[in-house]
Amino acid sequence: MIEVIPDWVRRRDSLFVSARISIISIFLLLLLSGCSLSDAPVLSPKGPVALAERDLLFTAFGLMMIVAIPAILLTLYFAWRYRGSNENSAYTPNWEGSWKIETVVWLVPAVIIVALGTLVWTSTHKLDPYKALVSDKPAFKVQAIALDWKWLFLYPELGLASVNELAFPADRPVSIEITSDTVMNSLMIPALGGQIYAMAGMRSEINLMADGPGVFMGRNTMFSGDGFSDQHFKAHAMSEPDFQAWQGKASDTGTALDADVYTDLHKQSVADPVRYFSSYESELFRNIMKKYAPVSTPHHHDDSTEEGAS
Amino acid sequence: MLGRLTVEALPFYSWVAMGGAFVTVAGGVAVFLLITYLRAWKVLWTDWLTSVDHKKIGIMYVILALVMLVRGFVDALMMRAQQAIALNSEGYLPPEHFEQIFSSHGTIMIFFVAMPFLTGLINIIVPQQIGARDVAFPFLNSVSLWMTATGAALVLVSLVIGKFSQAGWTGYPPYSGIEYSPGVGVDYWLWALIVSGVGSTLSGINFIVTIVKNRCPGMTFMRMPMFTWTTLCISILIAFAFPALTVVAAQLTLDRTLGFHFFTNGDGGNMMMYANLLWIWGHPEVYILILPAFGIFSEVVATFSRKRLFGYPSLVYATACIALLSFTVWLHHFFTMGSSANVNAVFGIATMIIAVPTGVKIFDWLFTMFRGRIEFHPSMVFTIGFMVTFVIGGVTGVLLALPPADYLMHNSTFLVAHFHNMLIPGALFGYFAGLNYWFPKAFGFKLDRKWGIRSFWFWLIGFYLAFMPLYVLGFMGMSRRMEHYADPNWQPYLVVAALGAICVLIGIACIAIQLVVSARNWGSSRDITGDPWNGRTLEWATSSPPAPYNFAIIPDVSDIDAFHEMKIRGTAYAPPVRYQDIVMPKSTPLGPILGALAFGLGFAFVWYIWWLVALCFVLSLVCVGIRACDDNSEFVLPAAEVAKIESARLAQISPADLHDMRDFVPLGEASGEALPGRGM
Repeated sequence: MIEVIPDWVRRRDSLFVSARISIISIFLLLLLSGCSLSDAPVLSPKGPVALAERDLLFTAFGLMMIVAIPAILLTLYFAWRYRGSNENSAYTPNWEGSWKIETVVWLVPAVIIVALGTLVWTSTHKLDPYKALVSDKPAFKVQAIALDWKWLFLYPELGLASVNELAFPADRPVSIEITSDTVMNSLMIPALGGQIYAMAGMRSEINLMADGPGVFMGRNTMFSGDGFSDQHFKAHAMSEPDFQAWQGKASDTGTALDADVYTDLHKQSVADPVRYFSSYESELFRNIMKKYAPVSTPHHHDDSTEEGAS
Repeated sequence: MLGRLTVEALPFYSWVAMGGAFVTVAGGVAVFLLITYLRAWKVLWTDWLTSVDHKKIGIMYVILALVMLVRGFVDALMMRAQQAIALNSEGYLPPEHFEQIFSSHGTIMIFFVAMPFLTGLINIIVPQQIGARDVAFPFLNSVSLWMTATGAALVLVSLVIGKFSQAGWTGYPPYSGIEYSPGVGVDYWLWALIVSGVGSTLSGINFIVTIVKNRCPGMTFMRMPMFTWTTLCISILIAFAFPALTVVAAQLTLDRTLGFHFFTNGDGGNMMMYANLLWIWGHPEVYILILPAFGIFSEVVATFSRKRLFGYPSLVYATACIALLSFTVWLHHFFTMGSSANVNAVFGIATMIIAVPTGVKIFDWLFTMFRGRIEFHPSMVFTIGFMVTFVIGGVTGVLLALPPADYLMHNSTFLVAHFHNMLIPGALFGYFAGLNYWFPKAFGFKLDRKWGIRSFWFWLIGFYLAFMPLYVLGFMGMSRRMEHYADPNWQPYLVVAALGAICVLIGIACIAIQLVVSARNWGSSRDITGDPWNGRTLEWATSSPPAPYNFAIIPDVSDIDAFHEMKIRGTAYAPPVRYQDIVMPKSTPLGPILGALAFGLGFAFVWYIWWLVALCFVLSLVCVGIRACDDNSEFVLPAAEVAKIESARLAQISPADLHDMRDFVPLGEASGEALPGRGM
């Protein structure tokens, strides 16, 4: 038999008390979020790519609220309105469907998904990480090599190299070619934009830009072993004089990155300090890739068609 | 003789490892002693372990899932504790240990909690929902159970002998290859997956055949209960998706054991192939876990709103759409691998399309509640909690389906929060709803409501506390799987997340208390009629617990809510004119024996004990041969015996126990309108 109603009422009341407690705790949590969210790199981007990606996030979020908010509110409202003890509410035990409602619940989400789908198509093309950024200045080229557990950055324009520090002029786009001399990694500087995998024998690419000078956290986001937690670096977007000074420092304090030094560097190490190299073997990036993909490609003279993840 | 197994494999290298091993061994010894003390070995062996009865197999699956839930949750608790304190410090876990914990947490929760939980519920209920006496292949069912249990045993043993994988539950090569992970950990992981994967595949095949072939007369496809529909869909998904997992695991095993180069760095290996194959299984797997929960919610929401399910055809088509689309979206797990914008965009759009049928389901449940008489049974409360929370997970899922947004959030704790948001409210709450809903069917008495409601609140609040901070941390740039970190802004969130985990711990304790309290009070909460909630589908037509043959007479149905209709017509408890002999499958020890051999095989492969590999393999073939030659695998339960069981049951039911169906009737024959369900 159906149980007696006063029991339901009691149970319902205790439900509502618990509901209140959970809502309050969620609000407290949101309050806590407010304190340090203002400098969350994804929410306060420092470059055009990250800004566009974040705005896309917000737009999509807003669009989905059209369905999500009614769904959540209606669930709570119906649960309360049609509780068993409420004898005054309508009761249609044999009602099994309504074409009008079905049409709405299929079509409204479908329309939103058409809108979002259009957004996916345009934004994915616009924000393709491989796409060169529009700027009146040429992109600054960097080659990034994932190692256990550090990042080696080569600067072909300068002939310099650095470990666990990335420096580039703030007023130019940066075009980073990426490979790995170990397991899969993923290079990301959250304040400037998204990430792309680094894979041995393959070349991937990401194009980023900073709004102005600044220091940003960058890291490998793909678990790669014991030193993973410490595999982060600082990315410095520098004004022209600062960047000149950085080049001076790197070539003065740096040593040559020859084959022996690279062999040493390639060994596993955790939380390496920043290091500079005043020169490196030419074609180092390509040679590292060739270690794993020895079959030469028909266009081996052209970097951009190298066998890669693209 | 023992391959690479030496005394070094014992966990004397750290106190945490020793603690884990001690708890595992002590747990095993305690269970052994308890069974011995209760003198229950014989009963356990003859009535349970060797049984091929789908209900008993289902119960054993659920017990396995609950035990492994505790084990997997201890991992979660340890991770949350580590991250809560590991600001600029090593915390209390060294990296190699932390890595084993996040790897085993994911592996256990997916393969040895979610899979056995849903398979168990399906086993107990689906044959009864379709009016069948058993599954199509009862012995195969037993083999499936023991393969799954063997996989779980391999994971548990890795805690005591050797180490578990440190490569994460997805085991991406080349890190999981022999060059970067030379130990036995990844091999344990692989063999646990391969062996349990065989069990899952066989289960999938078994239930496809059962549902297609064994439905009772009158049960057309469009009259199958929603839980049966979702089971059919996921069984098809299992049959198509799990082979991909088995193949990819076998390839990685060949790489590791025999020096192949499928996924190695160099020598022609390509880890991108692994990612594709893994997720061709992995994405359907998400729906394999969630769709049965959707089925449970559909049953629960109709029963406890005291109302017919709204939009049944719509729910069926939505389920089928989701199942079909689940095979078209795998690439969204690696948008950041460098595919072209066209490829990423197509997979992003495909992913978003799934949101449409999923949204439809939510609204159909909502309109089932509309103008109902909702009873806040624990199952219903879990359903309402699911509906609210799952919407949030859906929203974050669509965000991640936008490739450029995914570039920002991939590999972050935002992703971790998202999939827990799908799997805890989406899948686990569904299984808990199913546990509370169907427990009386399996055991003959009801679960305590008070502790059920308490477990719900602790789980819900714990979930929000544990995972909302992870969403925020994703925005703050925190990657997943970090053993320690240097950003002090992250710590408050991680502390809140740890509190959430403690809250969930209390939720699990509430479930344990609920089981104990209910078992102690079983006499006062007995389910005499077999229909404690005024249910609508056929599983409520059997006694609780059901007779071994479920139905003395196979029912003939003419409505979606078949049992509901029988009650209205007054035919639900009417004894038949005469009973018939019933052919039943015999119990067989070959299921557990094959499980033991699979364990030996997996263990021997992990440790390179080749003679044992060969021995176990040959013995397995012998067992299969013995079974194939056994023409005497069934027995006949005489009609007189059936009549005795049935009349004893019917004698217990007094008219006062029956549900009042008057609410449902005025629309019926009295008013000249069609009976419910006859319209459309």
